Amino acid sequence: MTLPPILAALRKHKAGVLLIALQVALTLAIVCNAIFIIGQRVQRIHRPTGLQEDNLFMVTQSWVGAPTGDDQAATDKLDSMLRTDVAALRNLPDVESAVAINTMPLTNSTWSGGIGMKPDQEHSTAQAAYYFGDEQMLPTLGLRLIAGRNFTSAEIQHRAFRGTNEPVLVIITKALADKLFPDGNAVGKVIYVDGGKKPSTVVGVVERMQVPSVQSWANYFTWYSVLIPARLDAGFARYAIRAKPGRLQAAMREAPKALFAVDPMRVLDEGATYEDSSVHSFADIRANAYRADRGMAVLMGVICLILLCVTGAGIVGLTSFWVGQRHKQIGVRRALGARKIDILRYFQLENLMIAGVGAAVGVALAVGLNLLLMHFYEMDRMPVLYVLLGLVVVLALGQAAVFAPARRAANVPPVVATRSV
Amino acid sequence: MFRYYIDLALRSLKRTPVLTALMVMAIGIGIGASMTMITVLHVMTDDPMPGRSAQLYTPHLDPLPLDHKQGGDGPDPTDNLTWPDAMALLKAHRATRQAAMAGGSLLVRPGRTGLRPFYVDGRYATADFFAMFGMSFERGQGWSGADDEARARVVVLSDTLDRKLFGDADGIGQMVRMGDNDFRVIGVTADWSPKPMFYADASAQHYSDADEFFLPLSVAVDLKLQTNGNQSGWGKGDAGMSLTGAEMTWLQFWVQLDSPAKAEAYRQYLIDYSAQQKSLGRFQRPPTNAKLYSLMGWLAHENLVPNDVRLQLWLALGFLFVCMINIVALLLAKFLRRSGEISVRRALGAGRRDIFVQLGIESALIGVAGGALGLLVAQLGLWSIRQRPDDYAHLAQMDVPMLLGTLALAVAASVLAGLLPAWRACRVAPALQLKTM
Repeated sequence: MTLPPILAALRKHKAGVLLIALQVALTLAIVCNAIFIIGQRVQRIHRPTGLQEDNLFMVTQSWVGAPTGDDQAATDKLDSMLRTDVAALRNLPDVESAVAINTMPLTNSTWSGGIGMKPDQEHSTAQAAYYFGDEQMLPTLGLRLIAGRNFTSAEIQHRAFRGTNEPVLVIITKALADKLFPDGNAVGKVIYVDGGKKPSTVVGVVERMQVPSVQSWANYFTWYSVLIPARLDAGFARYAIRAKPGRLQAAMREAPKALFAVDPMRVLDEGATYEDSSVHSFADIRANAYRADRGMAVLMGVICLILLCVTGAGIVGLTSFWVGQRHKQIGVRRALGARKIDILRYFQLENLMIAGVGAAVGVALAVGLNLLLMHFYEMDRMPVLYVLLGLVVVLALGQAAVFAPARRAANVPPVVATRSV
Repeated sequence: MFRYYIDLALRSLKRTPVLTALMVMAIGIGIGASMTMITVLHVMTDDPMPGRSAQLYTPHLDPLPLDHKQGGDGPDPTDNLTWPDAMALLKAHRATRQAAMAGGSLLVRPGRTGLRPFYVDGRYATADFFAMFGMSFERGQGWSGADDEARARVVVLSDTLDRKLFGDADGIGQMVRMGDNDFRVIGVTADWSPKPMFYADASAQHYSDADEFFLPLSVAVDLKLQTNGNQSGWGKGDAGMSLTGAEMTWLQFWVQLDSPAKAEAYRQYLIDYSAQQKSLGRFQRPPTNAKLYSLMGWLAHENLVPNDVRLQLWLALGFLFVCMINIVALLLAKFLRRSGEISVRRALGAGRRDIFVQLGIESALIGVAGGALGLLVAQLGLWSIRQRPDDYAHLAQMDVPMLLGTLALAVAASVLAGLLPAWRACRVAPALQLKTM
């Protein structure tokens, strides 16, 4: 199968060749990037938070008529209400452990601050999210301690929500420990939170804990968390509760009842939608946090599919037309001894060449499109694998699309050559 | 001739049903996808106050210290005003109307039994708020400037909240327990939520929030009621976060200026005010940092359209482009296949221009059919967007301009796509084709 005849034939149909090549190029560019975006989003959706997520749920509630004001008496009263609530939750038969906590990963409600290595440090070394809870925080959330120790109950303090943040002891995540103390062993060392004067000693390191926000502004500190042994007292409270294995639904029903039994003057809705409800399992929190990513992945998938169909249809249409135009030529070739398979291979090779040229341009377009998206939409650089994958998909699509018209061409009988011009 | 060409076009389309179907589908899907995203962008960037937006402006000052660095993606403190600045602008009365406001969230304890306490969102505002934004009252009225000064414990409810609390009875004159205080209802407004809620703080859900109550701002500050929105302070210690302090911004401010000349005068007043504050030692940055945004300018500055929506729009347009190239290829095939028929027409006396017009009308017909399909696809796309739990999702509806736009875009796209094939077809030499027939 020599190339010059194929090229000569194509020179007569420059417009059509250009159009198919252009379609293939654009499809390759868009499909590569779309598959890459899907891969990125799926990766984001599945990354583990570091918590033991099954059997975990969260209750958010606020008291009606609670003491307001920043004085010590109001704070102490709120603290005793909080401790009563937590005790009631811990006493439930379906509950393994419970803790009052300010926020949880994937809730998009972040309290963060700068961490420094020296007192009064102006520009922080790293940004981190703060989690305030008592000694039950680690077992309830299911965090893995890899160095040092957990807090003891004697070390837990309590303070007003808007008070100053000066913890004596902290536990940090491994990622933060590696950033602040690259030569290992953060336990026993000292950090300064919020650019303050008072030192905080690191007593333990947990393997992994994600910050509450999944939005792009938190990307640069997603794995930097600081756990602080304190209860925050305010007119509202969040409780993270671990149910006994298999008892999640029962615990989620019993927890609001127990809280209302302690004190009916509170706002705790069991609404129909996610937004209206105050009780969320962690699976629901995760689903809600990543719904935009999921939607984007689905959209990209649909667009890919439709684009491939449209390009395929275009190739089928144009190739059918060419076959019709070259009826006589095919008949002559068959009369001169070409077999059906030769005609078939001719058209498939022709399509491969056109698609090949289109794909080569498409690779350049794909890389260019990726650079554009990196610049305007904060995407990552696309690895070569996706380009190769797109290349294979598009060439296969071309071959599949040309098969039907090529078969029709192969079925042209040699007698066509004898018909008059 | 026009009717003849349409007749010819219809016959020719019917003769190649598969090809015609392919082309209509390609245009339909491309147009449908594009119009879905264009409609979403259209409703998100629409004017929330048609007829009034030209007169509404929002002033912004720069009270930050010189060494303050704006960190990353954190909220910009200069988006809001400090209490002293807002009160000064209010008292200066340089605009036709002016109002300071902030969002709030309060616990309502209904008097009726059987209704549990619930939270509502609303606004703390000054007297001019209602007239400036043209809010209509079902019953009663707003409060006056004197009520602002006297810190009167009054509240204006939305119609929805009034019905929830008082049912069919008249709520005017009744007391409502909000936060931990009692307020007297003096007015009930018709439900009003402009989309986007342009006067809300940057942290609000601009397309789905609605204000259900309105309280005088001075009362809210006195009673330390809970506020929604960004509070950005740069002072040292607890004094830096005081609501009435000079080192924390949290208030939004809107003015009504009836002509561009008055807007220019107000802008100059802001610069003069900043210069005066600088000479008093309060401001540190140049007085020309003071800005006056028009309503649409402010929405553009806030950049409310999320990046994902823009990305999807560009994707849809790229998709349309690929579909159009597809159509060009298919139309080329279709027209060149009819070289014989075209040559006969040429032999009978049709000029190249007539052939061009005939083929152009054929492309337009495909565009009309594709546009109808595109409308269906767009409705499907918009329905799927409405199922999303996003802030703006419920706004994804097509209105009449968008509907007409769909058809226009479809016809334009297919006529554009048909230009090259029609030109190629009308240049075929008739003699050669006639010989082979």
